[in-house]
Amino acid sequence: MVTTPLLPSDYLDLVSPLRAGADLCGRIEAVRPETGDAATVVIRPGRGWRGHTAGQYVRIGVDVDGVRLWRAYSLTSPAHRQDGRITITVKAIPDGRVSNHLVRRAKPGTLVRLDQPTGDFVLSRTAPAKVFFLTAGSGITPVMGMLRDRELDDVVMVHCAPRPQDVIFREELHALVAAGRLRLTEVHTATDGVLDIARLDELVPDWAERETWACGPTGLLDAAEDHWSEHGVQERLHTERFRPGVVVAGEGGEVTFSASGRTVAADGATPLLDVGEEAGVLMPSGCRMGICFGCVTPLKAGAVRDLRTGGITEAEPGVLIQTCVSAAAGPCDIER
Amino acid sequence: MTAIDPTAHLTAEQIEELGRELDAIRDEVIADRGEKDAAYIRKVIAAQRKLELVSRGVLLFSMFPPAWLLGTAGLSVAKIMDNMEIGHNVLHGQWDWMRDPKIHSTTWEWDHVSPSDQWKHSHNELHHTYTNVIGKDNDLGYGIMRVDEDQKWHPFHLGQPLWNFLNACFFEYGIAAYDLELGKNLHKRRRRNPEFRTRARAVGRKIRKQVLKDYVIHPLLSGPSFLTTLGATFTANLVRNLWTHSVIMCGHFPEGVQVFERRSIEGETRGQWYLRQMMGSANISGSKAMHFMTGNLSHQIEHHLFPDLPSNRYAEVAVKVRALFEKYELEYVTGPLPKQVFSAWHKVFRLALPNRKPLVGTADREQELVAA
Repeated sequence: MVTTPLLPSDYLDLVSPLRAGADLCGRIEAVRPETGDAATVVIRPGRGWRGHTAGQYVRIGVDVDGVRLWRAYSLTSPAHRQDGRITITVKAIPDGRVSNHLVRRAKPGTLVRLDQPTGDFVLSRTAPAKVFFLTAGSGITPVMGMLRDRELDDVVMVHCAPRPQDVIFREELHALVAAGRLRLTEVHTATDGVLDIARLDELVPDWAERETWACGPTGLLDAAEDHWSEHGVQERLHTERFRPGVVVAGEGGEVTFSASGRTVAADGATPLLDVGEEAGVLMPSGCRMGICFGCVTPLKAGAVRDLRTGGITEAEPGVLIQTCVSAAAGPCDIER
Repeated sequence: MTAIDPTAHLTAEQIEELGRELDAIRDEVIADRGEKDAAYIRKVIAAQRKLELVSRGVLLFSMFPPAWLLGTAGLSVAKIMDNMEIGHNVLHGQWDWMRDPKIHSTTWEWDHVSPSDQWKHSHNELHHTYTNVIGKDNDLGYGIMRVDEDQKWHPFHLGQPLWNFLNACFFEYGIAAYDLELGKNLHKRRRRNPEFRTRARAVGRKIRKQVLKDYVIHPLLSGPSFLTTLGATFTANLVRNLWTHSVIMCGHFPEGVQVFERRSIEGETRGQWYLRQMMGSANISGSKAMHFMTGNLSHQIEHHLFPDLPSNRYAEVAVKVRALFEKYELEYVTGPLPKQVFSAWHKVFRLALPNRKPLVGTADREQELVAA
């Protein structure tokens, strides 16, 4: 009542964005390079942070060139770090807007949005006697969170990376090996080629008896799932996939209007507003020329093309599109 | 409608070429839009909130005249910033590209009695699409005035200088009534329309909250300064209303601005739409501070061409747009605020009376036809 139409929190956010009760945020306190293209970001989370279990990931909203983009990254800090900070470790991928921003441009002091941590890629409460970590590239990040969190009796790890200098946390891993806490095999794919899953018999002879956590590119995980199933031990394999699928933008495609449960084929030139209206979907509309924003609708999956600029917008949580100037660029799902 | 169509010298190809050149200006800004722009709007929003907070704090002691003056001035400016540079532009979707749910046209609410969703419909969808088309764009006189010779005269218009003055003083209520299309919807049959009733209730709720905040809660918080704070918030609302009304009158009412017939927009191309926006709007010239306080609506022409570009970019866009006006030999209507306000008011007075002689425009057109 005192602050209508705003809320008191809108004013408090100006001075204390990390306070209890605020929308969850964090402040970047440091960015430390790990390899040529990976860095660890140290974040002080807001008071509302509920804490994580090692191996979980967090969704983080970063403003890149002024645009809020959300990505999920595994937490690499142990649960309950003394100083209350959390870390994520990010590998810059080609054309990755968020990853390149975090690795190369993010500055201490910047606020980022956070979600509560989530994910079931975690160690069981009572640690298994024999553990196997199978990782590749940045797939090492959730596993590093686990290694830092708990001392395990018998751990074997096979990690793939192009070259020795590309192995994230290499020094720390080798220190663990030296301390006798870890047995590690590095597979350098630039010289050795991609890991043939059949080689596990030779690298880790007792792999089938070990509780296994695998994280890496889709190819590796698909191969691992097949392999474990073939040997009838799939219940011992836990996997974590970073990218469910890559959107391939094309010309037109199947458009799903998920709220009304309709799917129709659309070409790459017809505005989705027209496509929806023809299909009998209740579409909000306004100027029908891209100026009034009366037609904005969430894009749940797929990609659309802006008919004015040709630019592609891909689905992400929170992405709204103007249906009157957007056409299907491949299959897509819009919430109407 | 003026005597001679000021765009008659342009061929259809030229108009489409003009459209392409304007598209290019828009694309350039969009390609370059980024971190600096985001920082700008966040800075403005933070400044507005701090100014409002401090001003309301000072007004707790409004029984002391210097505190009253300072607090009232601060609150007036804060309310103007909220409505103009922030509210109007956020509600246009100018900042939607940031994907920040807190600064987004679908979630924003402003310090104004008209709920933002109703305003967005009447302003963004109707006024911006049908700019200056008689019978389609109700902004042409807001349904209470005649602002062009081509609008039919009615004895009611005799009072329009007074209507306009009252509208200026209570502009936010005028806008709320306008967004509700109250004039049309108060007819007996329409009054019962459930859709209208829902919208009217929403306005009622918004008014109640705004009035309670400005005229009950803050005066009460001021304790012994109750009455002076009441006067201060009333004054701040009045200042905001008079200022926004003046700025908005300058957008489409000054002399030299064109209006259009309903028929003229049938099958309108992108280029023709752009041209209508160029001829149907007027700018205000002045300092950076003036542009800021008008919410950059002083760049009304640029705003109407590109209503979804961030307002902080209109100044740079204006240079390029003005060059296009020159290239295509079109009149760029602009002038300092007092001149434009006078021009708009002059029209309001002049058109309170019926047209004195038959329309010159019609006669000219007939002659042209005869000549052809």
